[in-house]
Amino acid sequence: MPSKLIEKHLRTDRLPHIWCPGCGHGILMRDVCQAIDNLNLDKDMVTIVSGIGCSSRAAGYMNYNTLHTTHGRAIAFATGIKMAKPEMTVIVITGDGDAAAIGGNHLIHGCRRNIDLTIVVFNNNTYGMTGGQYSPTTPTGEKGTTAPYGNIDGAFDLPRLAKAAGATYTARGDCYHVPLTIKLIENGIKNHGFSFIDATSICPTYYGRKNKKGGPIDMMHWQEKNCISKTKADKLSKEELEDKLVIGEFYNEPKEEYTDLYQTIIDKVGGKRNV
Amino acid sequence: MASAKELCIEPAYCKGCGYCIEFCPADVLELVNDKVHIKNIDNCTKCGLCEMRCPDYAIYLEEVEG
Repeated sequence: MPSKLIEKHLRTDRLPHIWCPGCGHGILMRDVCQAIDNLNLDKDMVTIVSGIGCSSRAAGYMNYNTLHTTHGRAIAFATGIKMAKPEMTVIVITGDGDAAAIGGNHLIHGCRRNIDLTIVVFNNNTYGMTGGQYSPTTPTGEKGTTAPYGNIDGAFDLPRLAKAAGATYTARGDCYHVPLTIKLIENGIKNHGFSFIDATSICPTYYGRKNKKGGPIDMMHWQEKNCISKTKADKLSKEELEDKLVIGEFYNEPKEEYTDLYQTIIDKVGGKRNV
Repeated sequence: MASAKELCIEPAYCKGCGYCIEFCPADVLELVNDKVHIKNIDNCTKCGLCEMRCPDYAIYLEEVEG
C-alpha cells in the first residue's frame, strides 16, 4: 500500500513508475505533490502540463488535470490553458532537452510575458529517454552518446536564462535537499507570474554511466557535497566554485501578470471572458 | 490518544537503488534480494529521510493511532 500523500496525489494503478532505479525524477515528482499538498490546493484546480522525455512521463502518474503534449511545446499548451482559465494553477513539468533545446523559444517567450505558470525542469543533463545524447545542460567536457569525446558546447545556466528573459521567480533545487526543493516549488506556485525552478535530477543510467559518476548513491553524495546555498557560495573563490552547483532562490520580483493585463484589454473593449 | 508513526514498506514499488539505506542515519535498513528490508526497527528515529529520498515511494512513515 502506498503512503497517504502518494495515494492522494498519484494514480497508484500506474505505479511502480517507468523511471530507472535511482532516477531522481521520482523524488522530484513527490516534491511537486508535497508542495501542492502543503498549499492545500484543490486538485481539480491544478493542471500539470508536460512535454516529451523522461521528465514528461510525470503527467501520466499525477492525479490532477494532466496534459502530456508534444516535444518542447508544454509551455505553449500551458499558456493556452492559463489564458482560458486564469483561476487554474498551471504547472509545467519538463526536462532540460524539452525546455531548453526544442522548447527554448517557448520558454523565453513564456518568461517574457510573465504569464502565471510554474515551470519545474527535471534537469538530468542528458536525453535519457532516447539513449543519453548530450543536452543544453550537459556540462562542457562531459560525455554523451553524441559526444563520445566530450561535449564542446557551453551549458545553459537555466535560472539565469529565465531571469534574463523576464521570469519573475527563479530558483534551483536538487534531489538531496528535499525540504528546500519543496519550499522552492511552493514559492514558485505562490508567485503570481512566471516561475522557473531548475530541479537538478540524477540520471545514473545514461549521464552517470557515460561520465563514470559511479552509481546512484555516488551521484546523490555528489549533490550532498556540491549543491551549496548562495550564502555559502558567496564566500568561495572562483576556483572553489568550479565544481559547485548553487541552489536556492535566486530571484523573486513580482510584476504585472499576463492574464491580468489581458483582462484589462477585455474590459477596455467591453468584452466578456468566455467561461 | 496521541498519534505515533510507523515505518512502512511497499516491496512491489522498490527498485533497490539503496538511497534509503545509505542515507538512514540510524542503520535501520538493509537490502534483501534487491528490495529494502527493515533490519533493526528499534534504531528507527522516525526522521523520514528515507521517505523523502525514495524515488519509488516504497518506504514511508504513516501516522497510526496509538
